[in-house]
Amino acid sequence: MLDSLSDRLGSALGDLRSSGRLSEDDINAAMREIRLALLEADVNFDVVKSFVATVKERALGAEVSESLTPGQEVVKIVHDELTKLMGEGNTKLELNGSPAVILVCGLQGSGKTTTCGKLAKLIEKQGKRPALIACDVYRPAAIAQLVTVGAQAGVPVYEHGTEMNPVEIARRGIQQAKEEGRDVVIVDTAGRLTVDKDLMDELVRIRNEVKPTDTLLVLDAMTGQDAVNTAQNFQAAIDFSGLILTKLDGDARGGAALSVRAITGVPIKVITTGEKLDQIEEFHPDRLASRILGMGDVLSLIERAEQFVDKDKAEELERKMRKNEFGLDDMLDQLRSIRKMGSLTSVLGMLPGVGKQLKNAKVDEGQLDRVEAIILSMTPAERSNPKLINGSRRVRIAAGSGVSVTEVNALLKQYEQMKKMMKTFAGGKGKMPKLPKGMELPPELQG
Amino acid sequence: MADPHQMFSGLGDVTVAEEAPQDEQGGGFFRRLVDGLSKSSKALSGQIQSIAFDPEDEAAWEQLEEALLLADCGVPATVEIIGRLERRVAAGGLTPGADLAPALAEEIADLLAGAEARIDVSHQPTVILMVGVNGTGKTTTVGKLAEHLRRVDKSVVVAAADTFRAAADEQLQAWADRAEADFVGSAHGGDPAAVAYDGIEAAVARGRDVVLVDTAGRLQNQVGLMDELAKIRRVINGRMEGAPHETLLVIDATTGQNGLQQARVFSEATPLTGIVLTKLDGTAKGGIALAIAFELGVPIKLIGVGESLDDLRPFDAGSFARALLGLGTA
Ligand SMILES: Nc1nc2c(ncn2[C@@H]2O[C@H](COP(=O)(O)OP(=O)(O)OP(=O)(O)O)[C@@H](O)[C@H]2O)c(=O)[nH]1
Ligand SMILES: [Mg+2]
Repeated sequence: MLDSLSDRLGSALGDLRSSGRLSEDDINAAMREIRLALLEADVNFDVVKSFVATVKERALGAEVSESLTPGQEVVKIVHDELTKLMGEGNTKLELNGSPAVILVCGLQGSGKTTTCGKLAKLIEKQGKRPALIACDVYRPAAIAQLVTVGAQAGVPVYEHGTEMNPVEIARRGIQQAKEEGRDVVIVDTAGRLTVDKDLMDELVRIRNEVKPTDTLLVLDAMTGQDAVNTAQNFQAAIDFSGLILTKLDGDARGGAALSVRAITGVPIKVITTGEKLDQIEEFHPDRLASRILGMGDVLSLIERAEQFVDKDKAEELERKMRKNEFGLDDMLDQLRSIRKMGSLTSVLGMLPGVGKQLKNAKVDEGQLDRVEAIILSMTPAERSNPKLINGSRRVRIAAGSGVSVTEVNALLKQYEQMKKMMKTFAGGKGKMPKLPKGMELPPELQG
Repeated sequence: MADPHQMFSGLGDVTVAEEAPQDEQGGGFFRRLVDGLSKSSKALSGQIQSIAFDPEDEAAWEQLEEALLLADCGVPATVEIIGRLERRVAAGGLTPGADLAPALAEEIADLLAGAEARIDVSHQPTVILMVGVNGTGKTTTVGKLAEHLRRVDKSVVVAAADTFRAAADEQLQAWADRAEADFVGSAHGGDPAAVAYDGIEAAVARGRDVVLVDTAGRLQNQVGLMDELAKIRRVINGRMEGAPHETLLVIDATTGQNGLQQARVFSEATPLTGIVLTKLDGTAKGGIALAIAFELGVPIKLIGVGESLDDLRPFDAGSFARALLGLGTA
């Protein structure tokens, strides 16, 4: 699969620790790797060219810091430049207007309808009163889908079936929003190809009718080189003001977002990371830069962990760990909070370097199920005081959870190890690690 | 409109199903891309002109690479194609001033030719499973396939095994109505494997010829959902030996290099018999399908060229290759 840019540069430049400046040869070798890495990440060919030129210029004058290898120095420059390029511009949704109108458009299958529901929910959380307008009269059941999504989000959906012209539907929707005191309307449109002149004209007419405060182009993170054509054509037609990058919960590098950002100059406003309506997030240019370069996504992982770990529980856990009272129940809690973050494979995939080693190693989620089953087969007394668990109890627990005694033994051993590790932490003065322990997560995550 | 008979094998007439090619991995070093990008070989944007080609001219080679990369063919497949052309030059098959375009189209077609294949509908019933990431066109393709099967006098049951996405079943129901196919569904949130099972049951009971199973879009890194897919396959196979007879991965032509990963991981969950490449009616060239065929040997069977029932075609390597380079049809 894809190697991270750091790995590539590492092997291209060796460990050669030339202090001082990067040599011309170093730089040329590095630029080759950068081009390939960006192309593999789906950054557009033309964008790669100009981007590499910028990086080269900066690298030529760069001093290599004491602590970095030349390869790391180059990665840092590339990462900085990517972050800079993607980070400029206003990323706030424009919600002022009476009502504010958000027009959502894009290619077929990019994720517009689900995104509309997510936007509605997000905006409602900010204390607004949004409504949705269903203008996709073409795809079968598109309106039914928006109605369902709207109901899930608790937001009204204005629809007029599939017989009415979308421009008229939009007009009436805005009217109704005004009457009902809705302060933000989100207009869902049908997916369209930019070569479809009739549908592009229709979009322009909808735009002219609703006069959006924000026009958002939805871009699938898996898009390849064509992202640039599509974005330019949409820009020529309706001059959109923001990008939404979808399906970032997948494992695509997302280089298309960089291309579109670079070519259109329009900022990425939000990203979406799942099929559930609350899976919509602020855009962080540095994280996307890391992702494009295959450097893992530690920050997102930490954020997800924070989101799923119950703060009170974490404090309680910290207390228990300090007092050395950590029991199997706590271990189960830990396991569950990690699993809530997503499949272990996807969690591990966010760690730098891990993606590569684990590309084939499938994490055995079934084993986690078995661990849960084992702990659940224990009595509460056994869970809080595992010392009680002697040989015959182990046999009973194994039978109760449908596993072998060896597996029960392995679990208990793992528990003992964790406990020992915690003692070490608890002995020190440092802050307790924020992330849930309990799984054998790589050291990057610990502390 | 495409002749639907060209899409299927097992209709009673004789059809040739070729083996997928076992291409050796392309050369590792990508010389021009690596060294030569600084020269601005401007703005072909995927358009190779029928220019008189001079193999001595580095810039001409660069343009070629650029066109292939801009079509999402990816580096390894591009290296392979260029390598083949170079060998042609070395063998005297391409002289200075020659028309490059047909030669290139030929090489691409050649690379893909073994990957051309038909949908086998000789079983009774034939079970076809549609899989892919979100929004690629699975449901629409089920509708189109149902219609094209109807046109060759095959009766069809469609099974709505996407019990997850809002209104997915209503969407499929609408297509089933248009294509006059039987529809089998379940309550929202139901067990998708059970729907697939019911679909086969219905086909057997009613003597239908083909069962088309539509599944929910899923990203290939979602282990739980990939396991679910493997289970759907197991249940189908448990109900009917040898089924599913076709498992088609639906890939959107706008997809970039992630398409390879999609093909790899989906084929682990459920062995793939072919690719359906959709949305070729847009500006995207769909070169990723070439990369998949080249690297994984999964044949491309059908292409989608629009949103109506008609807009399905059997895959044709030659015209795909020409379109890939913006050449129009031969
Ligand atoms: N232009 C064009 N649009 C297509 C083609 N195939 C599908 N579409 C459109 O792409 C969008 C998504 O298609 P669906 O069939 O719903 O895709 P899906 O894979 O079933 O989507 P999920 O079930 O949500 O994962 C719809 O708007 C279709 O009309 C095609 O070949 N060309
Ligand atoms: Mg579908």
